[in-house]
Amino acid sequence: MIDTLIPAVTKVCGAQHVITDPAELRTYECDGLTSHRSVPALVVLPETAEQVAGVVRACVAAGVPFVARGSGTGLSGGALAPGNGVLIVTSRMRTILEIDPAARRAVVEPGVTNLAVSQAAQPFGYFYAPDPSSQVICSVGGNVAENSGGAHCLKHGFTVNHVTGLEVVTPDGEIVWLGDGSGAAPGYDLVGAFTGSEGTLGIVTKIVVRLTRIPAAVTTLLAGFGTTGEGGAAVSAIIAAGIMPAAIEMMDALSIEAAEAAVHCNYPAGAGAVLVVELDGPEADVEAETAAVRRICTDAGAFEIRIAADPAERAVIWAGRKSAFAAVGRIAHAYIVQDGVVPRTALEDVLDRIAQMSAETGIRVANVFHAGDGNLHPLVLLDPDTDPAAAEELSGAILDLCIEHGGSITGEHGVGVDKTRYMPKMFGPVDLDTMQMLRCAFDPRGLCNPGKIYPTPRLCGEVPGLRRGPHPLVAAGQADLL
Amino acid sequence: MTSQPAAGGRAGPPPGEGAAAGAGMAAGAGTAAAAGRGAEGTAADADRGAGGGTGADADRGADEGTAADADGGAGGGRGADAGRAADALAAACADLRPAGPADAVAGVLPSWVAAPASVAEAAATMRVAAGLDLAVVPRGSGSRLSWGLPPRSCDLVIETGRLDRVLEHAAGDWIASVQAGVSLDQLADVLGEAGQQLSLDVPAPAGAGGGTVGGVLATGMAGPRRMRYGTPRDLLTGITVIRADGRVARAGGKVVKNVAGYDLGKLYAGSFGTLGLIAEATFRLHPVPAASGYVTLECGTAAEAAAAVAAAVESPLAAAAVEIDRLAPGAPVRVAVLVEGSPAGVPQRVTGMRELLGDGAVVADDVPGWWGHGAAAASDSTLIRIAFWSSALRAVLDVLDSAALAAALEPSVGGSPGAGVLYAAVDSLAEPAAVAAFVAALRAEIGRVRAAGFPPARGSVVVLNAPPLVRGAVDMWGPVPGAALMRAVKDQFDPGHRMAPGRFAGGI
Repeated sequence: MIDTLIPAVTKVCGAQHVITDPAELRTYECDGLTSHRSVPALVVLPETAEQVAGVVRACVAAGVPFVARGSGTGLSGGALAPGNGVLIVTSRMRTILEIDPAARRAVVEPGVTNLAVSQAAQPFGYFYAPDPSSQVICSVGGNVAENSGGAHCLKHGFTVNHVTGLEVVTPDGEIVWLGDGSGAAPGYDLVGAFTGSEGTLGIVTKIVVRLTRIPAAVTTLLAGFGTTGEGGAAVSAIIAAGIMPAAIEMMDALSIEAAEAAVHCNYPAGAGAVLVVELDGPEADVEAETAAVRRICTDAGAFEIRIAADPAERAVIWAGRKSAFAAVGRIAHAYIVQDGVVPRTALEDVLDRIAQMSAETGIRVANVFHAGDGNLHPLVLLDPDTDPAAAEELSGAILDLCIEHGGSITGEHGVGVDKTRYMPKMFGPVDLDTMQMLRCAFDPRGLCNPGKIYPTPRLCGEVPGLRRGPHPLVAAGQADLL
Repeated sequence: MTSQPAAGGRAGPPPGEGAAAGAGMAAGAGTAAAAGRGAEGTAADADRGAGGGTGADADRGADEGTAADADGGAGGGRGADAGRAADALAAACADLRPAGPADAVAGVLPSWVAAPASVAEAAATMRVAAGLDLAVVPRGSGSRLSWGLPPRSCDLVIETGRLDRVLEHAAGDWIASVQAGVSLDQLADVLGEAGQQLSLDVPAPAGAGGGTVGGVLATGMAGPRRMRYGTPRDLLTGITVIRADGRVARAGGKVVKNVAGYDLGKLYAGSFGTLGLIAEATFRLHPVPAASGYVTLECGTAAEAAAAVAAAVESPLAAAAVEIDRLAPGAPVRVAVLVEGSPAGVPQRVTGMRELLGDGAVVADDVPGWWGHGAAAASDSTLIRIAFWSSALRAVLDVLDSAALAAALEPSVGGSPGAGVLYAAVDSLAEPAAVAAFVAALRAEIGRVRAAGFPPARGSVVVLNAPPLVRGAVDMWGPVPGAALMRAVKDQFDPGHRMAPGRFAGGI
């Protein structure tokens, strides 16, 4: 199949943008989650929506699955192409087509990096609010696929709250606009439904994003606590006071130790937990809220509080937090990043249980998390003598804990291939069936990023010109007709 | 995982069979519900006993003149035993009554109104309706039931008024889960006790409530503060729906941050009842602002108003809402800016905003009388919603003037220009042809398609509500981006086209 496809996609994209060399193909075998690997049969790098559509049509004609990939920074294996599949990489589509400050909109191609949008909007006094920690390299197209969040989404929202129009290549290979950029287009909100669909409903080729006014004032406050329990109490009190910080991040002793060793962030000595609270908005409001947060932290037992006086000091405070994942990599042989969500009020309970599980198994767990929205990123550390299976099991047990507390198995990394098996723990068969009705509407052939999100594919039926008998997967007992 | 046939869920015939039934129905007389196939399909439900028999009147449906849904087989009119259908429905839903004239949906009279009191009862009712091949229209308070196109057929109205429980208010998590029939007013009272709010200030006619949670979700309505908080889809974190086939499905959850699975809430928000019945919803909440203040300004021209709006919207003083209101073309444009925040910050910001807006701007402690009661709250006019990129505000106001002049109409205009949404209300007695000309002129400018534009059109003009004669004269929804995919979605979620058929954009 692939052999017949190569001439077709070469005609569409040009030979220099079609990768067939096995060694080069290997560089696309995984995304940011390296534990899942699959070498695609073919990689193409189109430059225009028309080329993407041409490649998709060629794949459809050949019956070959295809997968879109942005910068490859995803953390759930969402951009993995099967061994018989084509990987469509959008990194050559990186033009910022328009900035309309008066409408607070930008129109960009999918390969544009997240940070580049903010940089382009900055001279007009605006920025692009969703800021995943990979924002220097991650692409806006990938952000749309994953509905990316970031440290500041507590106040400013997720990608889905900032996308108002999408040009997509459908799994049929047609170029279609969803939404008109206004944010109030008539009809179903397909922009909202598409965002976060992990590349399973089509390939984004242009994106209209909302721009946000750069706030007049920003303060960043660092508070050291004896325990994560005290830090958690401070978080609850801040929220209870009706304050909506731009970000509230927490790190525990182990992650502080790692960050300290890596970037010498000079966090309060002896802290069992630090809290980074960022407030933004009009000056007088930020000033009042900063005073209130300082008071709340003190009342909750903070033994040291620092407030960044300028952008340089703010960068120092954030350096520790932003380095945390990499830093933990230095104090362990390897680690597993988890991405679970619990209701904020359950944080203390869940952290206690994680500590208990860590003690029971002897596997170290460093906790770094977006405390404001209950999004945990426990890092399960693999030391040389750690049984990888036991670490994987602990990581999974943390997800069970999240589900048990009414939370979610993923707050921002997505399900991808990594968490499909947890989906039935969070959703019932009818829920999953209903979600896949949407998929059937967009991709009845199931060729667009197959095998992601859902453990059991739904059969869509009524695909023109296809089989009439029982589906082979049903016959083999591998799928259900719901 | 094993598959299980759901009780009563053997409604769906192969597409061919359904189409044949539909054709037969179209040829048959009237819309009296129930047919052999349907009644058979729900024997299990009927066997539970026909409690609360309401004696639905079979003849009532016969002369409603509801256009049969030729392509979907809806309408339930196979002239068979309506009594058995009523019994089956009554067995599923204790509160079933024959419909009266007040139950008409945009002029289409249903046969029955069911008011389930639990999700299970609603699901059972939907299963029976699926088995009987009935066309169903969900109803909240009914305040916006006339919006959109008249349904092609409507046998059963499912009213959510008895699904009125606030299921959970997790104040510490800023989350509330509610049933669809909870009124926004009732919810505001509950949340207000903890100093919290669902940040939807939906415009409502003076004296009327804000509608139900389900209704606001289904219509996707939002008010002035959409500029800061967005619309229902932005605040919804989880949803429970009853599918057209009567199965109960959930998506999202009770945490704000969650990307597990498709976000079906986005699809249902603004779907006008065409994909199923919204049964429960979970929302993220916000604090009730500790302080707020308004700055108002009266502008003589559209140009001045557009400049004032732009200044207010772009200012780092961070307005929560910027509204305009103009009673008629040529009349002064009233501009009002809402500032929300801390008691320490708001007075300064209000002062700053007044200085920014220049001579004539005044600080008002109270909400302006027209705020939230302008054109958007019109109940008996032709109501038109205009969406656009806010940079086009000046052009939008200009075309509103020129189109009104050309059509000899005097629409009032108001809304949230900072969020790119305005409403125009045209007198209900206006000539249908004039209204049609007005709408066409607006579309020519606001929905203008630019070759190779990204996106090709940057706005839309939708007629949300209109008197019957006007409905006949205008294309209510106009062009819709992505219409083919929307039809594919409808086909998946409601293959029989029984849910509010034809009410939505693109004839969905």
